[in-house]
Amino acid sequence: MTMASVSKTFSNGTAALTDVSLTVRAGEFVSLLGPSGCGKSTALRIMAGLGGVSSGNIDWPASRITSSGRPDGDISFVFQEPTLLPWRTVAENVYLPLQLQGISRKAAQPRIEEALSTVFLADFAKAYPRELSGGMKMRVSIARALATRPKLLLMDEPFAALDEITRQKLNDEVLELWKSNGLAVVFVTHSVFESAYLSSRIVVMKARPGRIHEDFPVNVGIERDADFRTSESYRLTCERVSHSLGAAMGGEGH
Amino acid sequence: MENGERSEQLDRLIRIAIPVGVVLALLLVWYLIVHVENIPPYILPDPIAVAGALVKDWPTLWPAFLVTTKITFMSLGLALLGGTVFAVLLVQARWLELIFYPIAVVLQVTPIVAIAPLILIYAPTTQAALLICAYLVAFFPILSNLVQGLKSVDHNHLNLFELYGANRFQTLWHLKLPTALPYFMTGLKIGGGLSLIAAVVAEFSAGSSGAGSGLAFRILEAQFRLNIPRLFAALIMLSVLGIAIFALTSFLSWLLLHRWHESSLKREN
Ligand SMILES: Nc1ncnc2c1ncn2[C@@H]1O[C@H](COP(=O)(O)OP(=O)(O)OP(=O)(O)O)[C@@H](O)[C@H]1O
Ligand SMILES: [Mg+2]
Repeated sequence: MTMASVSKTFSNGTAALTDVSLTVRAGEFVSLLGPSGCGKSTALRIMAGLGGVSSGNIDWPASRITSSGRPDGDISFVFQEPTLLPWRTVAENVYLPLQLQGISRKAAQPRIEEALSTVFLADFAKAYPRELSGGMKMRVSIARALATRPKLLLMDEPFAALDEITRQKLNDEVLELWKSNGLAVVFVTHSVFESAYLSSRIVVMKARPGRIHEDFPVNVGIERDADFRTSESYRLTCERVSHSLGAAMGGEGH
Repeated sequence: MENGERSEQLDRLIRIAIPVGVVLALLLVWYLIVHVENIPPYILPDPIAVAGALVKDWPTLWPAFLVTTKITFMSLGLALLGGTVFAVLLVQARWLELIFYPIAVVLQVTPIVAIAPLILIYAPTTQAALLICAYLVAFFPILSNLVQGLKSVDHNHLNLFELYGANRFQTLWHLKLPTALPYFMTGLKIGGGLSLIAAVVAEFSAGSSGAGSGLAFRILEAQFRLNIPRLFAALIMLSVLGIAIFALTSFLSWLLLHRWHESSLKREN
């Protein structure tokens, strides 16, 4: 996925992004970090091919492009809100993207089960979204994104509503998926620690207008396991990210 | 556990007993007023006289009831079909909406029953005229509610469907129509009530007699003949029809929405 000097101005005049260039290669885990309102969600939506750009280019070289100019079935998105369909059960919600690809319910069943057990919700397949807690809804949303086995997974603060333990578990789960499937992940977060733990590369953004402040690789060649959270290199990464974020926020007033 | 069951049974009993009690009390009050005030039956008959008329005039009232029922349900069915097709077309293409919007507004704000005399002139038969009137009245609430519903789709949901490459039909079928269902049900409830009103008012203005006439004409006829017990009996049959329509549309709404929509959920916290 390549963005070349993309700008986006909304119809009300808000310049959400100016001159943003970013290339995400296969197998990368990129975290997008930045102050609220700096255009992280907007950037992510553009990467997914949702909503046009005001100027610049976006391309998905590794994907088949459909007639509508969008990559075909290789991108999944976990939105900031769960965006489940309230009239469908959990399993039917996870089935939705497969259904839209024309896969029969029967053929999809194993994938639905697999996706649901990945987020520890196998027992809730027949529940309706209203019967779930906020965190569980978010996990269904993640399961739905995984069901299509995407090459690029875009996540917009997916774990913001979760408790620390579940969050940790899902962080490890996402890492596991990332390592085993070789998929690329772009992950928006507010948490320095989360980004330092997960990423292979961190992009710090600046607000007003939204632009890239710094873009650097982290944790290269380091195994993320239980020890990693207490290791010196993790601490150094956190520090590095915090500094960069501080600089990005501090520069706002000028 | 058992306690909960018992209180639920009690709850159900209360829900049935109170409305029934209220109706019985009203009938008693009615009876007492008539007899204490000595009101003659050609002004206000007591409930027993009305019940008598209901039984005695059944051979005339029952066919009339069937005629009114048929007109109401046929017009409602047609309005349902027409309203749905039209609403879906309107939201599919913006230019269609621009063309039809003024027409829809004019027709909606004009009390349709006021053009009943015109329709009576143009329609081939009285029955057809009544049907057209009731149809027009039921059509707009169904149309406008459904259009509103189809446009109320969550933008995040639209993004989701776009992301997964849904085509127009899939978006309509799997997203827009389910989103619009609660709105559609509201339209159906309103339309159901209105189609009965329109069928009655149109028949009042038609005022035709004969074998094919409905309850409204029987009411007019009873009034001319000062047969007030029969008038009341016909009125009761009309309210029964109205209640049946209301119950039917409410049940349908419950059936389709109770598992997921807020309006039909029991609050548990
Ligand atoms: N549909 C829209 N119309 C107009 N302006 C918008 C729209 N969506 C977002 N914006 C503006 O664009 C800017 C970037 O918004 P965006 O949602 O991308 O921020 P964000 O970085 O994701 O913030 P947060 O961390 O709070 O989620 C904001 O200033 C916002 O006001
Ligand atoms: Mg955001």
